Amino acid sequence: MTDRDQTFDKVAQLVAPFNKKGVALTDSTTFAGDLEWDSLTVMDFVAAIEDEFDILITMNMQAEIETVGQLVDAVERLRNEG
Amino acid sequence: MTEAVRTPFDPADETAVAPSHGRDLFSKFDALIAEREALLETGVRDPFGLVMEEVLSPTRAIVKGKETILLGTYNYMGMTFDPDVIEAGKRALDAFGSGTTGSRVLNGTYQGHKECEEALKEFYGTAHAMVFSTGYQANLGLMSTIAGKEDYIVLDADSHASIYDGCALGSAQIVRFRHNSVEDLEKRLRRLPPEGGRLVVLEGVYSMLGDIAPLREMVQVSKAAGAMVVVDEAHGMGFFGQHGRGVFEEAGVEDQIDFVVGTFSKSVGTVGGFVVSNHPKFEVLRLVCRPYVFTASLPPSVVATAATSIRKLMYAGNKRAHLWENSRRLHKGLRDLGFDLATPEAQSAIIAVLLPDQDTTVRMWQALLEAGVYVNMARPPATPAGMYLLRCSLCADHSSEQVGEILGMFESAGKAIGYLA
Repeated sequence: MTDRDQTFDKVAQLVAPFNKKGVALTDSTTFAGDLEWDSLTVMDFVAAIEDEFDILITMNMQAEIETVGQLVDAVERLRNEG
Repeated sequence: MTEAVRTPFDPADETAVAPSHGRDLFSKFDALIAEREALLETGVRDPFGLVMEEVLSPTRAIVKGKETILLGTYNYMGMTFDPDVIEAGKRALDAFGSGTTGSRVLNGTYQGHKECEEALKEFYGTAHAMVFSTGYQANLGLMSTIAGKEDYIVLDADSHASIYDGCALGSAQIVRFRHNSVEDLEKRLRRLPPEGGRLVVLEGVYSMLGDIAPLREMVQVSKAAGAMVVVDEAHGMGFFGQHGRGVFEEAGVEDQIDFVVGTFSKSVGTVGGFVVSNHPKFEVLRLVCRPYVFTASLPPSVVATAATSIRKLMYAGNKRAHLWENSRRLHKGLRDLGFDLATPEAQSAIIAVLLPDQDTTVRMWQALLEAGVYVNMARPPATPAGMYLLRCSLCADHSSEQVGEILGMFESAGKAIGYLA
């Protein structure tokens, strides 16, 4: 299992409590469209991701992240920077 | 080029408003329009379309021909009808005219604007004060100007829209922490890269639930991380702390706050906004802050009423004590009636009543209005965590009898809609 796969699995675990409709997760799953998250859910989820990986995902970055795959890539990049 | 044929506007003809290429830009609001229409079709009055036909005092108005107690105005200190305040406004209107027609940095700074800034400096004991045309613009200006692309703004997730909008207008990196969580703030500060400036944005009182921030602890962790701190005291000015400066004064952290933002539209009783500070370079903001420069300044009558009101608020100890008495009594009374309240005790002059859903909230709001009391209805996305609430804000001019009447109206309205047993 690659580092990226492990990150994906961890992200998927953190999505689960907010995945009310049980949507199957892939890299192309979108937060707004597929998961139907509102801004409050995003806030809670981002805080959980930040704490899990000990990183900061600024609101500026969040605006660019639309899919699970993009989030996994961002987490990978931020962990390597940190 | 052919001359366009102009036809009269026919509202029934959708092609007259919908462009032939691309979609109607208003289609993004269709869901909201439908939700609102469905709500109003049930026969309730529009909670966002109320008109005050006459205003009798800071606590009473005529709504649909009926005398109504005002319990949702943010007019905490009841200064709107203060005789000295009114007189100052009238004099300024006669002496300086109805408006300045200009920016603060061009032809829009009159003697009254300087006097208003002097009153603020005295009120807060600071070296500098800058008056904006609204509180919204004060936050817009401060956030967007002092933090640049390399800097970080760290803010509470429940921050007011004007703080978020100020961040959006600027280019700083924005980091949020969970509402009022010192631990969450500290974690995020620790994760910031060493380079770049840091600004932590806090509010004394959060206006939706009326809860206050643990400022002592938050300021301590912010300062330990080398951050500048701004506190918005929109809902705390006038009745927190020895001089009524706000929650930060009561928390004993005055010497560690870099900027205080405030408004004239609540305790001061008119309209306008301000930032006060002791930073030695503060005055440069007048040249670089776009929401300060590119708008007309406040009318002379407004700054005159604000200055007079601010000076009176310095010595309003009795009013403050009565406001707190009112707030505590309403909180206890509503709790005893069986209402679910947002805070375990009265933390500010805002008491938020939590209700389970939009339908119950609107029906309760209307039943209260019919009984004779106006409160604010608030719903997502303005509220945190998807809450529906009726927000009550008390006034120092509410008499003890009025608070008693209000509690009676809550009881009868709650029973009328079947919420209270």
